[in-house]
Amino acid sequence: MSNVRVAGVGLTPFGSTPERTGRDLFAEASIKAFEDSGVPRDDVDALLYGNFMGELSEHQGHQGPLMAEAAGIQAPATRYESACASSGAAVRDAVMRVRNGEDDVVLVGGAERMTNLGTAGATESLAIAADDLWEVRAGTTFPGAYALMAQAYFDEFGGEHEDLAHIAVKNHENALTNDKAQYQRAIEVADVLEAPQVSSPLGLYDACPISDGAAAVVLTSEEYADEHDLEAPVAITGTGQGGDRMALHDREHLARSPAAREAGAEAYADAGVDATDVDLAEVHDCFTIAEVLALEALDLEPIGEGITAARDGRTTADGETPINLSGGLKAKGHPVGATGASQIAEVAKLLAGTHPNSSAVEEATTGVAHNAGGTVASATVHVLEVVE
Amino acid sequence: MTDPETGVQDAGFDDWLDATEEGDAYYLECANGHGSLPPRRVCPDCGSTDLEEVPLPETGVIETFTVTHVPTPAFEDDAPYATAVADFGPVALTGQVVGIDLDAIETGLEVALEITVSETTGKRVIGFSPV
Repeated sequence: MSNVRVAGVGLTPFGSTPERTGRDLFAEASIKAFEDSGVPRDDVDALLYGNFMGELSEHQGHQGPLMAEAAGIQAPATRYESACASSGAAVRDAVMRVRNGEDDVVLVGGAERMTNLGTAGATESLAIAADDLWEVRAGTTFPGAYALMAQAYFDEFGGEHEDLAHIAVKNHENALTNDKAQYQRAIEVADVLEAPQVSSPLGLYDACPISDGAAAVVLTSEEYADEHDLEAPVAITGTGQGGDRMALHDREHLARSPAAREAGAEAYADAGVDATDVDLAEVHDCFTIAEVLALEALDLEPIGEGITAARDGRTTADGETPINLSGGLKAKGHPVGATGASQIAEVAKLLAGTHPNSSAVEEATTGVAHNAGGTVASATVHVLEVVE
Repeated sequence: MTDPETGVQDAGFDDWLDATEEGDAYYLECANGHGSLPPRRVCPDCGSTDLEEVPLPETGVIETFTVTHVPTPAFEDDAPYATAVADFGPVALTGQVVGIDLDAIETGLEVALEITVSETTGKRVIGFSPV
């Protein structure tokens, strides 16, 4: 079985550009990815593309072929929709296609246009990742659903809003050096605690922003990378996916993410590593509590103890396992369909030593990307390793 | 009830709201005793297709809750409002907590189902009221 190499990555700046179309965003990301990889467009066998709310934000379905055009490639293209895990799911399928010999070169990525919807429209659009009949019609918003999990966590394991605030502070700090990040500014714990409430116990600074942006990654087989003398030192060595019941109220645990646990265990086993091997991770921190649940699901923190990881410095840039050195969704931004692929790009750069924050993890050889859909009814996890 | 805007009726769900308003709330139980909410043809736990309507227990217990200040447009005039997950034994439900001061809501509170309406849209909403 061939290792799957990350040959090149491209990201647009994440932020508020309501006038830019999805196709324009993805074109920019793909141009950067091709330039970074040195792979000619003609060699691309397929485009796997993640997008969640294109029908609502752009009145545009069937985005696969549209994005192949935008990227300038002549290849079959398929859109993946798995809410905020859309491009994580696309990456997983891309890895499997290269591994099984179906394709040598795959362009994988995603884009999302969100800010043109406004806050209310984006809130409504994100809410459809929950169960429309049994959650949305009861007034559940996305922050509201994560707030239900945060309150359940506090009730079961303890912890308080101030613990969560340290996660937001850490991720903003990490984003200061990331020129693609939506928020390149530091915040204090007091800022988080004093921010307007969105859904108790979560406030405005516990939430990631509404973002526009795109990410693209060129993946190749090991044989292709060798034949073409590519500089591609990082491989995706493990992939996993987990699922859970759609509605939060139908789950066994309100303060855990079994889908992410399943995805993580599968990815670790696939790569032949375990949590103790992980040097850094990009996890899906759409809300501060989500980072806690992710760390515990990935066995990077014991159940019930992830809440103090940022506060006690275990996950800060100088901690034992830095988490979200890119700034995470919280500060880098969260154009939902682009997020999973952007996490792969960030981990690859961190491991290759080409990321502004690589100096925090100079000896790192193993990184993890965790992408979650909905209230983690979908989850993908990928293990990336330095192989050259 | 057919939605006046879309003309859509959601079989199973709207029937459940109708029954609940008449005091006949139910859940679906499969041959292996797993509970789930309609509309379903297949038990999500075991794949059984032998589902029957069984009366829902009259009271449930709040497992977790939140007070939402930034709503979707469908609840614009309702905010702030409380949403909770309440455990009714064989099934759990998400609903809005009504008939109580928002500050007094807590985990463990015993509630009964009460179908309420959105102040914004006038549409029916699953509600929980303290007992």
